[in-house]
Amino acid sequence: MEIDFKHKQAAHCENGVVANLMTHNGFTVSEPMVFGIGSGLLFSYIPFLKVNHAPVVSYRAMPGIIFTRFAKRVGIKIKREKFSNAQTAKTRLDENLERNNPVGLQVGVFNLPYFPDEYRFHFNAHNMVVYGKRDGIYLISDPVMETVTSLTEKELEKVRFAKGTFAPKGHIYYPTAFPKKLKLEEAIIKGIKHTCRDMLAPVPIVGVKGIRKIAKLIRKWPKSKGIKTANHYLGQIVRMQEEIGTGGGGFRYIYAAFLQEAGKLLENNKLLELSKEMTLIGDQWRDFAVEASRIYKNRSNSGAVDHYDHVATLLENLANKEEVFFKKLKKAI
Amino acid sequence: MKKNEVPQDKSNLESANFKELCYAVDENGEYTTELSTGWDPKTIALNNAIEAINERISDSKQRVKDQKVSPLEYYMELHKMDLPILASYVGIWKWRVKRHFRPAIFKKLNKKTLQKYAEVFDITIDELQRTDL
Repeated sequence: MEIDFKHKQAAHCENGVVANLMTHNGFTVSEPMVFGIGSGLLFSYIPFLKVNHAPVVSYRAMPGIIFTRFAKRVGIKIKREKFSNAQTAKTRLDENLERNNPVGLQVGVFNLPYFPDEYRFHFNAHNMVVYGKRDGIYLISDPVMETVTSLTEKELEKVRFAKGTFAPKGHIYYPTAFPKKLKLEEAIIKGIKHTCRDMLAPVPIVGVKGIRKIAKLIRKWPKSKGIKTANHYLGQIVRMQEEIGTGGGGFRYIYAAFLQEAGKLLENNKLLELSKEMTLIGDQWRDFAVEASRIYKNRSNSGAVDHYDHVATLLENLANKEEVFFKKLKKAI
Repeated sequence: MKKNEVPQDKSNLESANFKELCYAVDENGEYTTELSTGWDPKTIALNNAIEAINERISDSKQRVKDQKVSPLEYYMELHKMDLPILASYVGIWKWRVKRHFRPAIFKKLNKKTLQKYAEVFDITIDELQRTDL
């Protein structure tokens, strides 16, 4: 069976899945709207976790939480299921397809055959939609891809039961109940307030304070870890910022797009101004990535310590800018 | 970022005929989307990460040859895994997996355990036991 499902490419997988599932159910919502209402924007440093042998920095909220918050705020209900048994997981997926219900899936990236080899790491919080099954082949709408694709039963089982951090355990999710009309206005305000609270949180590893913390660490790395490791760490920070599809400035631009759309919807000119400001902040994140790449491009860089200080200063400037920004944003709504 | 500034650098995405979607503003300041073929700062970071992995793989290969570790460690690196990831794939405690990295202990492993590892790495037990990598 094949469900008539409209695939639309997105910058980020989770927003994309939600936006596409909503559109399928008759509620057209843009990707930035999902991201903004779900309070996807964040900065956090997770000191006790290492991925690819480097510390983890995240520029967005925990996987799965964007949809949960979005659903709660606009008034839809979602059903989530995880499985310990691959067979049950498959049966449940097939049942949903049988009922013409496309479902969102959390999967691991490492065994996704259509991903470029270089992008296949053990990252388990990727999202896609399965919208049909033809001759034992699952039809897949992966929002970071330009067009739809497909996976065999075995391939799909492998990615659904990837292991490690954020192991998906066959996780499926889909909306089950909708209000007559989405409560967008209220939801936008809640979403913005939440993001401001997160970014200004008095926690040393979250938000603006988290950016400052990382800047401080970057200054120390060349001495405490050696140039080689420091380069590796710095590279990972940029890779997280520029995850697939967030191209330069990453999530900041998606957020700026959200503020613009929200400003129009709420007829709030302050938000339109702040959208422009967020775009400029995004540009500065891009500059940071460019400067950082100058360091790790040259693996044996003698003057590197100064360069590290330089990129750390860029980050501190960004922290100051974002602090002012989110204080203004809090007052604007 | 303006729409015409969306980076169109050469990257590893090209081989897979893959383009990323980016948000950028058009000439009227309105947000829109544009496809990107890649961006150098990102590509360099990714290439460095891959280089680091390849280094880990070849280091491990040497250690296997020198009989300092069992081939398990090599296959773990080859699959871009670390100890916690490998342990969760085989369903064996981390400290035991770590012990299996010792050649003497690896040699004494029973078929059942070896089979678990072989399945994860998608190879046969014979291949898993070979030290001439």
